[in-house]
Amino acid sequence: MTYVLSRLWKQKPMRRPVDPQLAIGLALLGLLVLVAVCAPLIAPYGPWTISGAPYLPPLSDHHLLGTDTLGRDVLSGIIYGARISLLVGIAAALAGICIGTVIGGLAGYFGGIVDDLLMRFTEFLQTMPGFVLALVLLAVMGPSIWSIVLAIALVSWPSIARLMRAEFLSLRSREFILAATVLGESHLKIVWTHMLPNAVGPIISIASLKVAAAILTESTISFLGLGDAGQISWGLMIGTSRALLRTAWWTSVFPGVALFLTVLALTLIADGIGRSLDGRRQSML
Amino acid sequence: MQFSRFVVMRLFKAAAILAAVVALNFLLIRLIPGDPASVLAGESGMADETFLAMIREMYGLDKPLLVQLKTYLLNAAGFNLGFSYPLQRDVIDIIIERLPATLALTGSAFLISLVVGVGLGVWAGSRSNGPVDRLINVVVLAFYATPGFWVGLMLILIFSVWLRWLPASGTGFETGDDPGALVYLKHLCLPVVTLALYYVAVYFRLCRTSVISVLHQDFVRTARSKGLSWRAIMRRHVLPNAILPVFTMAALQAGSLVSGSIAIETIFAWPGVGRLGYEALMQRDYNLLLGVFLTTAAMVVLLNVIADILYAVVDPRIEVAR
Repeated sequence: MTYVLSRLWKQKPMRRPVDPQLAIGLALLGLLVLVAVCAPLIAPYGPWTISGAPYLPPLSDHHLLGTDTLGRDVLSGIIYGARISLLVGIAAALAGICIGTVIGGLAGYFGGIVDDLLMRFTEFLQTMPGFVLALVLLAVMGPSIWSIVLAIALVSWPSIARLMRAEFLSLRSREFILAATVLGESHLKIVWTHMLPNAVGPIISIASLKVAAAILTESTISFLGLGDAGQISWGLMIGTSRALLRTAWWTSVFPGVALFLTVLALTLIADGIGRSLDGRRQSML
Repeated sequence: MQFSRFVVMRLFKAAAILAAVVALNFLLIRLIPGDPASVLAGESGMADETFLAMIREMYGLDKPLLVQLKTYLLNAAGFNLGFSYPLQRDVIDIIIERLPATLALTGSAFLISLVVGVGLGVWAGSRSNGPVDRLINVVVLAFYATPGFWVGLMLILIFSVWLRWLPASGTGFETGDDPGALVYLKHLCLPVVTLALYYVAVYFRLCRTSVISVLHQDFVRTARSKGLSWRAIMRRHVLPNAILPVFTMAALQAGSLVSGSIAIETIFAWPGVGRLGYEALMQRDYNLLLGVFLTTAAMVVLLNVIADILYAVVDPRIEVAR
């Protein structure tokens, strides 16, 4: 992150301070992280606490966003739900990026048969409908936060691997890498100190999108009732109040707004970083 | 390499990929905790050990996993996908029955999002950084950031609960009699729009980027300096070059369209393959789940093959000798 920021500022020092999209995205995300971290301090009630009459509409006394079937406060659920969304999103994206970087890096660095095997496997995984595969993996591992993280990571790494392979492939033939090879540095040292820092640029704007995608996947899993029912999350809130759409719309509308704002923030950040790193490259979607 | 040989090779590769997909999923599904035999026995209300053994033997569940896999693959090659015990029917029959609904849903969503996405993409891309471009960008970003299942619920809330314009669930054909195509289309509206919104965003962004990068190329400058009209440049030089990457991406995205339809089919009670897969997973109906996997993977692979062949036809530089 500091690497990208320093590049952003070095490029155009005074004339264009920060891309407005990037600024809005970062501000929104910062707010969300703050809410997630300080959830117990901000939330008026616990996420599972029955704190009032059921079906209170929004703007009721003591319940800004109303209450659900059991009289639980919707706002408190949303505040605590931010934790799961961000945790799963960030953890799954990080894990997926690590897997993808290792596999793509190996393929790009060594080339030849290693490249062929790894890339065929990557392409093969890409032909499978990822979400369905994630559901089956989840059924194998049982529903818990960490199996959701793992399932999302395992289906999301192929695009990262392809990107990293391309980066490593183009870096491998550069003079400074050749020089390091001639100097007799080990593969590990070359990759770690010379190649990885140079390949990490494009990953950063993708990373934000991967977090967004992971958050969406997690919420869909929880919405379908296949997630961890013991952890409050936005998807779970929408899923359980789906049947109440006609009588208590607020129970499914507001968690969705939170989800929307989170994904929007991450997309704005990805877009902003992508544009600032390379003026001509428009978007990585 | 000859074109026909290229096509045959490509189909052969597709079949190999499909077999691998089935094998992987077969093994994965067997890892799901819970003995299929006891699920079957549970249905009939008896669960003593001899009865379980009998069931295992009857359905071949006592054989080694690889033998079971081989049998399954050989059967699948002949379009026999096994039997769904919970539903007491052949898997292939159930899937064939459910496939038209999914094809109608994903097919129309695909076409609509491609047409709208590419249209908007060309429009915005040819005026990049103007007010039109900025406006479309913001709207599309909102589409991109909204979870599909939630869009579905909101559309139901607005168009069926509040406005009462469109039906919220099913196809209108559940009762058995035929209420006509118009009713079917009305039922199709909300699910298709829900599914299409996200892909409008994807294709829009792809197409816009593609148009912008083509507009920066030298041959466009040459065309302009030779006095061609803007329309002619767009139609003859920019579009043919900008549209190719969109099509490749479209083929790659087809699989996620089927994935995306799972939640949407569930919300709208749409009787398609996506919801079938979800039901199969919940019921531990392994044969049915595998069948759904095979069907979706086959659709994706087939679309990729078609895209590859079209690519080779449209762009002769993409050598058939790849």
